[in-house]
Amino acid sequence: MKIIVCVSLVPDSTTKVKISGNGMSIDENGVSYILNPYDEFAVEEALQLREKNGGEVIAVSFGTDKAKEAIKKAFQMGADKGVLIKTESADFDSFSAAKNLADYIGSQSPDLVLMGKQSIDFDGLLLPSMISEMTGMPSTSVVVKLDVNGTSITAEREIEGGKEVLQLSMPAIIGVQKGINEPRYPNLKSIMAAKSKPIEEISATYNGNIVKTVEMKLPPAKSAGKIFSNGKDDVAELVKLLREEAKVI
Amino acid sequence: MPNKILAFAELKEGNFKNSAFEVVSEASKLSRECACGMTVLTIGDINQEQADKLAHYGPLKLTAVGLNDLNSKGGSADLKYSPTSFAKVISKFAEKENADVIVMSATALGKELSGRVAVSTGSAVFNDCISLQVSDGKITASRPVYAGKSIVTINTDSPKIVITIRPNVFKPVKTDGGNVELTVLSPDELGITASDFGVVVKEVVVSSEKLDVAEADRIVSGGRGLKAPENFSLVEDLAAAIGAATGASRAVVDAGWRPHSEQVGQTGKTVSPSLYIACGISGAIQHLAGMSSSKCIVAINKDKDAPIFQVANYGIVGDVFEILPALTDEMKRVVSQ
Ligand SMILES: Cc1cc2nc3c(=O)[nH]c(=O)nc-3n(C[C@H](O)[C@H](O)[C@H](O)COP(=O)(O)OP(=O)(O)OC[C@H]3O[C@@H](n4cnc5c(N)ncnc54)[C@H](O)[C@@H]3O)c2cc1C
Ligand SMILES: Nc1ncnc2c1ncn2[C@@H]1O[C@H](COP(=O)(O)O)[C@@H](O)[C@H]1O
Repeated sequence: MKIIVCVSLVPDSTTKVKISGNGMSIDENGVSYILNPYDEFAVEEALQLREKNGGEVIAVSFGTDKAKEAIKKAFQMGADKGVLIKTESADFDSFSAAKNLADYIGSQSPDLVLMGKQSIDFDGLLLPSMISEMTGMPSTSVVVKLDVNGTSITAEREIEGGKEVLQLSMPAIIGVQKGINEPRYPNLKSIMAAKSKPIEEISATYNGNIVKTVEMKLPPAKSAGKIFSNGKDDVAELVKLLREEAKVI
Repeated sequence: MPNKILAFAELKEGNFKNSAFEVVSEASKLSRECACGMTVLTIGDINQEQADKLAHYGPLKLTAVGLNDLNSKGGSADLKYSPTSFAKVISKFAEKENADVIVMSATALGKELSGRVAVSTGSAVFNDCISLQVSDGKITASRPVYAGKSIVTINTDSPKIVITIRPNVFKPVKTDGGNVELTVLSPDELGITASDFGVVVKEVVVSSEKLDVAEADRIVSGGRGLKAPENFSLVEDLAAAIGAATGASRAVVDAGWRPHSEQVGQTGKTVSPSLYIACGISGAIQHLAGMSSSKCIVAINKDKDAPIFQVANYGIVGDVFEILPALTDEMKRVVSQ
């Protein structure tokens, strides 16, 4: 089985965000980057499928040189190959990422493409469906259980208020949700092995943005709330405020 | 300057979702500001009575693309929905109507369709927006990024745009109202066939009849401060008293006390209800990511330094086991007045 996993590098979610001088992006100083948590589930799922069915796992990322960190993390977990689709500017939109990844995926004829359901930086939630539309491969996302039988896939996904079981034919694109597996911790041996794995670099097939950033700001500061500290005795006052001041009850 | 705005109104079991009214209202506001036409599309089999529920938002043209028809031809009654088929219906309809701006809700369905529709119509996509502005006929949008820690403003030179708006953020504004002119279109007339379903839905398991947290206008959430799964009855009682959905922090979901469908936060659901009551939740940044855009936040926590108090509009420093029963009683008393 040839499995492609799309991985992206994102700021650690506990990062304190500061806006950079140009007012268009965050200040990257002091930000620590991690493999997108959902992509970790995708890598793990790919490794488990390889362990069961044989084949190879290719981690691919679209981005600047920095994105190699995401690929290295996938190597540490056990991915076989890594590919960076290299772009010069870190400011790209979902369309441009989708187009480059779709072109690469199209050229590789994988059996399966695994992705996270969303990247936690821009929360695009777009790539699995955009790449599906671009490549014509069927896809579904927010998947919590995956069964591969021959050339067909049964996927269980979360929907609002329930679950849905779907059948797709391979090759397919799957966006994974937390709960699908427990990602492994890289051990010393795999960390050492990862060091010598080369990352293949290819250049971007599409550069340009359809969506343009006008400005980036911190959210408006919240004014201090009314916090009471007499426990139960404050309940009546709280409810009164919710009704008369906040008008939410 | 857009030519025509297409609002996609989502149905749930034959009725418009709350988010559908938000979408129609916002699309009609955009069409007034851009001085352009507007049309509404829904996918499902509805009648005039249901269609009239949109009448508050102006004289409207509503097209319903029925699925029954297609299902009978496809031979399988189970073929209700697939992202590819729905995206195709929306894209083909936009083309037929010459609509260049498509507005949907950022519900699970909307988020699934927006990227597809954008690719197939060659549009830019503004996903999960919390505000929209029009100046000189050009639409600019704002959306939260980095877990709500910053807000980015975006626009595009593309004449075609697909926009999804975050549920519960845009309040529907009623206008003088008018007629809803309902047209029923069969998928055939848009050139859609059963083969466009691509992905086959085998089974839908509805986990509960409960109100889903992603759509609720009021939410009561519980965290590790509740100490044990059985104590969530305190959260459920308060939720029942005010007609709220129940939510949870990741800590209690991971512990198996609550289902994952209730998790609020960066890796759970993003919610923006008018009232969010956090009980025994510390307010970790990943939790705040999912709920800090709620209009009114109430925190109950015994630790006065808990970060949740920094985003709370109101709060009580105290023990949930003491406060929740009292709060539930007081809410019941007030609501019944
Ligand atoms: C990548 C990543 C993603 C994450 N995603 C999410 C997410 O989506 N959602 C999420 O919620 N978390 C998420 N987390 C976890 C998050 O960091 C916190 O660990 C979690 O939110 C803590 O849950 P909690 O507030 O219930 O528990 P705790 O942090 O343990 O807080 C319990 C609170 O209860 C209070 N308390 C205790 N007893 C009482 C009492 N008797 N009365 C009143 N108050 C009491 C305590 O003072 C404390 O503040 C994520 C973490 C990571 C690393
Ligand atoms: N720059 C990127 N390179 C490779 N994969 C990406 C990139 N950005 C996002 N992805 C993948 O697409 C998924 C969804 O991302 P998004 O649509 O941006 O929320 C992620 O979980 C990744 O698997």
